[in-house]
Amino acid sequence: MSEENEPITRIITPVHVEYTYTPGVASERFLRGVREGKLLGGACDACGRVYVPSRGACPRCAAPTSEFRELSDKGTVITFCVVRVPAENIDVELPYCTASILLDGADISFTGLIQGCPFEEVRIGMRVQAVWKPEAEWDFSIGNIQHFEPNSEADVPFEDIKEYS
Amino acid sequence: MAEHAAVIGVGQTDFDAKREDVSQVGLIREAAERALADAELDWADIDAVVVGKAPDMFEGVMMPELFLAEALGGVGKPMLRVHTAGSVGGSTAIVAASLVQSGVHERVLTVAYEKQSESNAMWALSIKMPFTPIMVAGAGGFFAPLIRGYMERSGAPEDTGIRVALKDRLNALKNPLAHLKLPDVNFEMIQNSPMLWDPVRYLETCPSSDGACALVIGNEKHARAASAPPAWIHATNMKTEPTMFAGRDQVMPKAGLECAAGLYKKAGIQDPRKEIDCAEIYVPFSWFEPMWMENLHFAPINEGWKMTYEGATALDGDLPVNMSGGVLSTNAIGASGMVRFAEAAMQVRGQAGEHQIDGAKKALGHAYGGGSQYFSMWIVADQPLQ
Repeated sequence: MSEENEPITRIITPVHVEYTYTPGVASERFLRGVREGKLLGGACDACGRVYVPSRGACPRCAAPTSEFRELSDKGTVITFCVVRVPAENIDVELPYCTASILLDGADISFTGLIQGCPFEEVRIGMRVQAVWKPEAEWDFSIGNIQHFEPNSEADVPFEDIKEYS
Repeated sequence: MAEHAAVIGVGQTDFDAKREDVSQVGLIREAAERALADAELDWADIDAVVVGKAPDMFEGVMMPELFLAEALGGVGKPMLRVHTAGSVGGSTAIVAASLVQSGVHERVLTVAYEKQSESNAMWALSIKMPFTPIMVAGAGGFFAPLIRGYMERSGAPEDTGIRVALKDRLNALKNPLAHLKLPDVNFEMIQNSPMLWDPVRYLETCPSSDGACALVIGNEKHARAASAPPAWIHATNMKTEPTMFAGRDQVMPKAGLECAAGLYKKAGIQDPRKEIDCAEIYVPFSWFEPMWMENLHFAPINEGWKMTYEGATALDGDLPVNMSGGVLSTNAIGASGMVRFAEAAMQVRGQAGEHQIDGAKKALGHAYGGGSQYFSMWIVADQPLQ
């Protein structure tokens, strides 16, 4: 069969989507904070649990998170994963380690890259500290945190963080 | 529930990485025609159509139900589209069942599908978010950390996942429709396959498939008139929870625990492990078998891995799980939940061929989706619920 007569089974039509994003009151506070190198959490009016970033409400209580608190940029690894498979949208060199990190003072985990130690040493309960980009590069983005790296503090026992896993 | 409802027709397409011989329209048509043939019905016999699939970006075609009406015989009839992420195949069947149980319709055709080769599911699940660098690499990137959390809590032996994968891959060899078949599969092959999302290995992961599944659900009158045995729907249940909230147990979601408890209550089941003969559950990564054994109350918390380890979930075990080879062998995402529901129905109809469990009278179909946040389940049996 000549090429002309071959059935067309597939054509590629790229999709491009552009968003105009309205962050809302709570996210705006968070983004203005992160622009200044601060991590602001929102505490639930009903249960007091602290969300970071806060969306302005606690899904658990359906209550607003009115009070903003500055949180530490240190935290504890709740769980993690070493990614060895490429994804088109992710521009981090393979392999890399992502972790759910419970920042001190928060009640919900935060996703971050772990660097500064071999992957074999990453473990649940490990204490980590944010490494920020140079201040001149800070923007309204969580990307201001380059990654987290281990600090020298003692591991947190699993029992103490189990409820966040 | 006003009316008894039963599965009176089952149709699955052939599954493959790329079904280039058919369009999306042709794919769903293939499943629907097979279900109608199995039910010995024609398009004119169908009162309503319910179609489901996972996120539209999985093919890059928005609202595909708009162009599926003709192919599904939906013109001039009620037609609904359902979406609950990966659990959608299950919830679509449940919506169809409810249209019959409520007495609104007598015979409903329901179809769920995915044609993943037309886009890139990993890309679609890793869309860039404003103000947040993206790090979670597709479904594996989301679920692998939860698996690590389960390993830590339960202290399960490290090879539990490999054992699940080996069982399901051997089961797939008995299922003529399964997509991924590895005739030489063994423990070492799985163990030595590359780590994709550590601790998840390549062969502990589901493939990406094109395929569709269809069911015809009829009321009692039509179920009794059918020449093939019906699968009577004893109970259905769905539950949802937010993806993230403080104190959420992501490993053992409350929505799943409550969905299963509610399902058994509706079906009059006191001891699920004893009363259910076999189960088709949504296991896209091997470790989700032990996790869901606990979530479905078949095993105490942190002990689900023992069922896998002791062979309880094997074809000759006391609760065979994923006799078809499961999601690990065939994963056209939107269809996968309905395939679980369909395979459960096939078991109690005695229709499962080489992967049939002898004398299966009561079976569970299960699906979950999103960030372990949507659950849909049903119980089917060879006799109507008394």
